[in-house]
Amino acid sequence: MSVLVYTENWKGKFRKSTFEAVSYANELAKLLATDVVALSFGEVSDEELNKLGNYGASKVLSVSGINKGDSQQVANIFAKNAADASIIIFASTYTSKMIAPRLSAKLKIGIASNVISLPSSTSPITISRKAFSGKAIEKTIIKTEKAILTLAPNAFGLVECVGSCSIEKINTSENASVLIEGEEITRGKISLAEAEIIVSAGRGLKGAENWGMVEELAELLGAATACSKPVADIGWRPHEEHVGQTGKAVAPNLYIAIGISGAIQHLAGVNSSKVMVVINTDAEAPFFKAADYGIVGDAFQIVPKLIEEIKKAKN
Amino acid sequence: MNIVVCISSVPDTTSKINFTENGSKFDSSGIQFVINPYDEFGLTKAMMLKEKAGGNVRVITVGDALVEPVMRKALAIGADSAIRINANPTDSYFTANEIAIYLKENPADLIIAGRESIDYNSGAVGGMIAEILNLPFVNACNGLEIDGNSAKLCREIEGGKENLSASLPLVIGGQKGLVEESDLRIPNMRGIMQARSKPLMVIEPSSDENLTSSESFEKPAEKSACKLVEIGNEAELVRLLQEEAKVI
Ligand SMILES: Cc1cc2nc3c(=O)[nH]c(=O)nc-3n(C[C@H](O)[C@H](O)[C@H](O)COP(=O)(O)OP(=O)(O)OC[C@H]3O[C@@H](n4cnc5c(N)ncnc54)[C@H](O)[C@@H]3O)c2cc1C
Ligand SMILES: Nc1ncnc2c1ncn2[C@@H]1O[C@H](COP(=O)(O)O)[C@@H](O)[C@H]1O
Repeated sequence: MSVLVYTENWKGKFRKSTFEAVSYANELAKLLATDVVALSFGEVSDEELNKLGNYGASKVLSVSGINKGDSQQVANIFAKNAADASIIIFASTYTSKMIAPRLSAKLKIGIASNVISLPSSTSPITISRKAFSGKAIEKTIIKTEKAILTLAPNAFGLVECVGSCSIEKINTSENASVLIEGEEITRGKISLAEAEIIVSAGRGLKGAENWGMVEELAELLGAATACSKPVADIGWRPHEEHVGQTGKAVAPNLYIAIGISGAIQHLAGVNSSKVMVVINTDAEAPFFKAADYGIVGDAFQIVPKLIEEIKKAKN
Repeated sequence: MNIVVCISSVPDTTSKINFTENGSKFDSSGIQFVINPYDEFGLTKAMMLKEKAGGNVRVITVGDALVEPVMRKALAIGADSAIRINANPTDSYFTANEIAIYLKENPADLIIAGRESIDYNSGAVGGMIAEILNLPFVNACNGLEIDGNSAKLCREIEGGKENLSASLPLVIGGQKGLVEESDLRIPNMRGIMQARSKPLMVIEPSSDENLTSSESFEKPAEKSACKLVEIGNEAELVRLLQEEAKVI
């Protein structure tokens, strides 16, 4: 038996969330006294595949020559290599969210998504997951002998270990059902889903022309930028930046909210952040109830000062 | 074109979430139920596709009689008919399996689910339906054009979009971008009147199979009060973030 983990790469490099998933799989494997096997799809160099060993994988199965975004194709190959797995782990990515449920139905293995803990029991597997857009934590029991777990974003850190892995190449003849025609990458920088720090701003900033200081602060912190829904709707910022219930759900270590009131739908997408800082002129803004740190006052005064202080602290 | 839109009935986004019976059951008292926002984008897209190319739009749900007002709303928005599978869903597999069983008997060219439901957030039902029916599936779909039997799709990926092509029949998990917010339709009086006489078929579930069970719910720990820093003392905020929170 083994813990099988789906390892996703972006243009040949594994994502941070992949290493987190392998780290989690390794913790789980220790609990079950078994090994971690990683399954990789697409072209990845041996050097990169070997990195999986640093987080606990003892064997890597590398499947090349496929469109990893084709959920049908990937689920079929997955199923063929899952016979020995007792638990299958996915990080939360757009692609894994297409594959994991398919695999669950295909193999009739119970699935829990948004997982935020190691199992509290392993027979049956009992796990805590986020539900109601972060407003509740659900305890789910997997009724099947095996389980599929999809981890909540940024819920687990990286755990390095000394180890190495063997690499096995798999060739496939699966037919594609979905073809990739191209892609548009909106931000070459840091993707919101994986960002450790997010600087976000709302209607309080009054106009697109005022985002310079937001971007400067983000740049300084190595952060991604985000915005509230009305800001994207008015067109001050691209839609990709819209976070909240109907936008992206994010879970960075630090979320800085500038001129955002903190409506329940906004909070639903950001309340998984570990630490939240709010800057708002209105002391009664609901965001102050959810935040860890705050300054009541004018963003146009505070943000430049904050940038200055961070620069000082960095020197 | 024959389109089926899967509708999940969920608490309105402003709802306060509570649980009863020792945290084992969602407390629906005082809750206003609405069409899952992701499904609303899908339903609107279905209406637009039908207006362009003709065909028929069915909405389907797995739920008890309490979800009927939400299905009537979907009919008022413009769906031609509604199907309710009369059962309280016990997990995603149960829901997907029931919908797939219906679809095997009553096929569709395009099956639209939402990227996820905003209550259980499983993000699983669409993919499972696709698997059971052995169809292609594109999730987080934020663009769809159909020409005859072929579909051009766009899906969200980390940091961008991916353009795809596939042929029908096909399952998607929809989200904003499929249509824009400004395209969403509010039922008008005529639609509401017409909805009353549109067919809402109730069928009994065919199986009770599920793979998981929900044991209990709890609310996340309350955050401790927000620490306020005086304006002008931004240096203190930086210190707190470095030394206390250790996040920068
Ligand atoms: C179904 C539904 C789904 C929704 N989904 C989302 C979602 O996903 N994401 C989302 O964000 N919203 C969502 N909303 C909208 C949400 O309800 C709020 O309307 C929205 O979040 C408000 O955005 P805001 O805070 O930027 O603007 P406002 O509510 O206008 O708040 C602006 C804030 O800026 C402060 N301010 C003003 N001037 C300054 C200044 N100089 N310095 C500092 N602060 C200042 C004000 O005090 C105020 O608190 C949704 C709504 C519905 C009904
Ligand atoms: N009870 C249900 N009846 C019909 N469709 C559902 C139901 N639950 C979920 N769905 C569909 O599946 C999508 C994803 O839901 P979930 O897997 O619960 O996150 C939703 O957006 C709906 O389109």
